[in-house]
Amino acid sequence: MEKQSFEAALKELETIVEKLENGDLPLDEAVKEYEAGMKLSKHCRQLLDKAETVLASVVNEHGDSEPLDDPNTED
Amino acid sequence: MAEDALTVTALTRYIKYKFEADEHLKNILLKGEISNFKHNVRGHFYFTLKDDRAQISAVMFKGNAWRVPFEPEDGMSVLVRGYVDVFERSGGYQIYVESMEQAGIGNLYQQYLKLKNDLEKAGLFDERHKKAIPMFPTQIAVVTSRTGAVIRDILHVIARRYPLCKVLLYPTAVQGEHAKEEIVKNIERANENPDNDVIIVGRGGGSIEDLWPFNEAIVAHAIFDSKLPIISAVGHQTDYTIADFVSDKRAPTPSAAAEIAVPDKMTLLERIDDDGRKLRHGLKTLLKEHTTALNRIMQRTIIKDPSRIVMPYSRQYEYIEGKLRLMHPRKQLAQSYDTLSTKEKALRLAYQSVVNTAKNHYEQVTSNLEYVNPLSIMKKGYTMVRKDGKILKKARSIDSGDAIEVVFSDGRVTSTVDTVILEDEE
Repeated sequence: MEKQSFEAALKELETIVEKLENGDLPLDEAVKEYEAGMKLSKHCRQLLDKAETVLASVVNEHGDSEPLDDPNTED
Repeated sequence: MAEDALTVTALTRYIKYKFEADEHLKNILLKGEISNFKHNVRGHFYFTLKDDRAQISAVMFKGNAWRVPFEPEDGMSVLVRGYVDVFERSGGYQIYVESMEQAGIGNLYQQYLKLKNDLEKAGLFDERHKKAIPMFPTQIAVVTSRTGAVIRDILHVIARRYPLCKVLLYPTAVQGEHAKEEIVKNIERANENPDNDVIIVGRGGGSIEDLWPFNEAIVAHAIFDSKLPIISAVGHQTDYTIADFVSDKRAPTPSAAAEIAVPDKMTLLERIDDDGRKLRHGLKTLLKEHTTALNRIMQRTIIKDPSRIVMPYSRQYEYIEGKLRLMHPRKQLAQSYDTLSTKEKALRLAYQSVVNTAKNHYEQVTSNLEYVNPLSIMKKGYTMVRKDGKILKKARSIDSGDAIEVVFSDGRVTSTVDTVILEDEE
C-alpha cells in the first residue's frame, strides 16, 4: 500500500467507487470495499500533500544524472 | 581677424548644404545591426546602425515607424532605406530611415515554408501520429538549456501542480551552430531512459535565427521518431516552428508545456474528496435498501406468528385422534396406536425441522441487524448498567452502597456505588 503509486491508487479508488455506485454488491463486501476505498482516498491525499518539492536532476556529460540545483535560488 | 571668423551656425549650415547637394546621400539602402534602440513616447525610433567597423546614428519618425511590421531590437540585422542629413543642433549627421525590413528573413522564411510543406506532405504532422500525453507522469525529461528561464518555469509549475513528478534535465544548446545536433542527440537519450514518460523540448523567445534549430529537418525527424510523446514549447506564443508542428502537443510557453505535462493537485484533491463522498453515499444507499428489505421480511406473518407453521399438522393430528376414538376393537386400537405413534414421530420431526428453519432464518436476519444491536453501540464506548440483573435507565433507581454491574462489549465490571448525584428532571 505504502509503495502504491498515485496513479494506481487513484485508479483503484475509482474502480471501487464505481462498484459501490452500481449498488449490486452484497452488504459485507460493500463494507469491505468502502473501507478499502477510504484507505485509498487517504493514501492519495497524503501523497499529494506530502510532496512539496520536485525531485529535479540533470544528466551530465557522462550520461549520469546528478541533482539539479534549484534554479529558482540562483536569481 | 575676428571679423573673418565663421559662426558655428554658419559652418554647420555649410556642411549641411554639402550633404544635401550630394545625390548619393539622398536615397540610400543600408544594411546594419541595430544597437541602442529606443522607441520614444511620441512613437519615433532612435537607434544606431553598425557593423564591425563603423556606426551611424539613425532616426525613424513615427509617420514611417508605425509601418514597420516588427518591433526592432538590439542585435537585429536590418535593411533600411533613407537619406543622410546633418542635424544642426547636435552637430552630427544621421540617417533618416523611411523603411525597414529584417535582413535575411526573406531567405530563412522561404526555407521554412519549403520544409514545412515537404514534411506535411510526408505525413509528419498527421494527427494519427500524435501520441497521447500520459495523465500521471512519474518522470519528465526536459531538453533545453541548463540556464535560462525555461527549466526554471517548468520546475516552478510542476512544483505547484504535481510535485510527485520527477524532472530530468538534458542540458542542451538551443541556439547556434551545434544546437540541432544536440537537440536530436538528447531526444534520443531521453528515449533510452525507461523512467521517462514524456519529453518537453523548448527554448525561450528570440529572433528567427535563434529559433532556427527548431526549424531543421533532422530535429523534426527526431521528434517524429521519438517513442515518448513530446511537448514542444519554442519561443513566444506567436512563434510556430516546424518542431511545433511535428510534436505531439505544442505549448505556447514553457510554463504551459508543464501544465500540459502534469495534472493539477487542486483538481486532484477535489476529485479524491468527491470519490470519498461517492463512497459514503453508495454505502448509505445500500444500507437503506437492506434495512427496507429486512423490515419487509419481519412483517411476514410466518415470522410474526410461527405457530401458524404447525397449524395444518395439528389439524391432521386431531383428525387422526378422532378417527381413533371411533375404532372399537382393542387389536385395531393397538394397531391404530402404532400408526399413530409413527405419525406422531414424523409430525414431531417435521415440526422441529420447520421451526428450526424459521429460527435459522430469523437468526440470519437478526445478525444482519448487527449495527442496530446494543452490543455494536457498546463497541463505540457506551456501557450498560445492571442491578440485580435488571438494566438501569435512571440514576434515581440506584442507592449508594448498591452493588451494580457495568456491562461492556467485551466483559463486565461489578462495583459498589459511592454516591448518587441526581439532576433535576426537566
